[in-house]
Amino acid sequence: MIEVTALTKRYGSLTVLDGVDFAVQAGEIAAVVGPSGAGKSTLARCINLLEKPTSGSILVDGKDLTRLSRGELRSARRAIGTVFQSASLLQRLTAAENVALPMRYLDISHGERVRRVHELLDRVGMLHRAKHYPSQMSGGQQQRIGLARGLALKPSVLLADEPTSGLDPQTTSSILKLLAELRDELRVAVVLITHEMDVVRNVADSVARLHEGKIIERGSVAEVVRSSDSELARALLPLPPGSAGNHEAGVWQLRYERPDVDPAWLTSVARELDADISVLAGLIETIDDGGAAGRLTVRIERSLAATEVRAAFASRGIHAKQGSIARADEPDPEAEAEEPTEALVRSAA
Amino acid sequence: MIIATATPWSGVSSLLLPALGQTAAMVGIVMSIVVVLGLPLGLLIFNTSPRGLTPHPQVHASISWIANLGRSLPFLVLMATVIPFTQLVVNTTIGIKAAIIPMSLAGIPFFARLVENAVREIPRTRLDVGIASGASVLQVVRTIQLTEALPGIVAGLSLNIIAMIEYSAIAGAIGAGGLGYLAVNYGYEQFDSHIMISCIVVLVLIVQIVQFGGDRIVRSLTH
Repeated sequence: MIEVTALTKRYGSLTVLDGVDFAVQAGEIAAVVGPSGAGKSTLARCINLLEKPTSGSILVDGKDLTRLSRGELRSARRAIGTVFQSASLLQRLTAAENVALPMRYLDISHGERVRRVHELLDRVGMLHRAKHYPSQMSGGQQQRIGLARGLALKPSVLLADEPTSGLDPQTTSSILKLLAELRDELRVAVVLITHEMDVVRNVADSVARLHEGKIIERGSVAEVVRSSDSELARALLPLPPGSAGNHEAGVWQLRYERPDVDPAWLTSVARELDADISVLAGLIETIDDGGAAGRLTVRIERSLAATEVRAAFASRGIHAKQGSIARADEPDPEAEAEEPTEALVRSAA
Repeated sequence: MIIATATPWSGVSSLLLPALGQTAAMVGIVMSIVVVLGLPLGLLIFNTSPRGLTPHPQVHASISWIANLGRSLPFLVLMATVIPFTQLVVNTTIGIKAAIIPMSLAGIPFFARLVENAVREIPRTRLDVGIASGASVLQVVRTIQLTEALPGIVAGLSLNIIAMIEYSAIAGAIGAGGLGYLAVNYGYEQFDSHIMISCIVVLVLIVQIVQFGGDRIVRSLTH
């Protein structure tokens, strides 16, 4: 596991990371999201110690990597494997040679190397490409090799820095599936740095939002999308643009609060309220815990008391809120003010 | 009155072949020195730069300045300037031995810059791959910089060989021998058109062969 405490990185007077805390357990994928400029890549470079943090600690398996000497650091690095953006394979080495590279630095015997490379290439489904050069492989295949290389030294932490950037959706999902398999089989702690919310929703167990160098929101993905309308929640489960006006009468925002919402809720609520319900926009997905997450805009075509409507939805595990909700790309101070959204959404400040 | 007396074609080869041998020897010896010293110098210039593995502004500025010095003088001027140094090192100021000193002094910084450029082309993340996997600086240089930049370095090598062939002709002026010397002394001074034409044809062929061969090697190294 990895535990990052009060990690701060300054370049002169510019503070890029400001007291970042998070911990990732073995067998967990923790996503760090944020817009470009939020400090994501600096965080990645601090975690694998390509940059020395100004202060704070990075504990991997109980050992503080920031306190090691240069020599000690070299061997301690094997505890953290890195999967780089666009794989960053060496162009003049074959797939097998790329995977073997980290092992060459640590004097691992030739026989052991060959055996391990074979095993890793097999694991990522790339055995048939062992002798191919990166230029002969697709982006997805290259990233599979990148994953195998990141795992070459049997790390307990795998840092994946934008591993799916530039890949098409289908390839992205196959890489994510592989990442989840590796998490489960090898019990590695995965730190996934990304700006793609689909990636987080599909594969992450927990998510933290980095904003101007601070983690301002965090929680398990399921909790975030089911129990808040925060900016992160709206980014993770975005509401498609609907046809409703902002303050149109009878418009309600719905959010699945439970994983086991009865899929037939629409008809059952309509029957209970004796009202037609129009669906104006909606997104319902199965997330990583196997349950459903949903966000919809509906219009109730009959004048009813708000409490009655709220109760009808609440009994089915759906949170209902009158009026339109701001989309993820618009600030919505009102939503956050109305609901201090439980303890899981903590402000780092 | 000067009478142009061209060497008969049948006699050309007896002049041309030894000259070709001298050129080859000069360029060969100089290139070995250039690679041995220019390669590490180029790596040092890049790796002490802000984008290198061990940035060091003062060291970078100093060696960069020295390398530029070697490249800023026209070769003929450089050759004349370093005569005392040449005398000191090889104990003569004429002949092949004397030509090797100024040629190396011009060639080393030239090659160092070509190496620096080739290494600079490698994206930073590929170096990070090595560092993050626990490689030492020297391991990153050997397994990543030199490996990835090899096609670029070979391309620089053919460029450098061609430049040295040209310099060897200029070095003919201090009696270094070789094709340039032959062309100037027989072709130019004595209006020997056969020698002149032969020298030109041979020089053009050599340059073409070096460039063509170099390009072929670069292609085979690029994946």
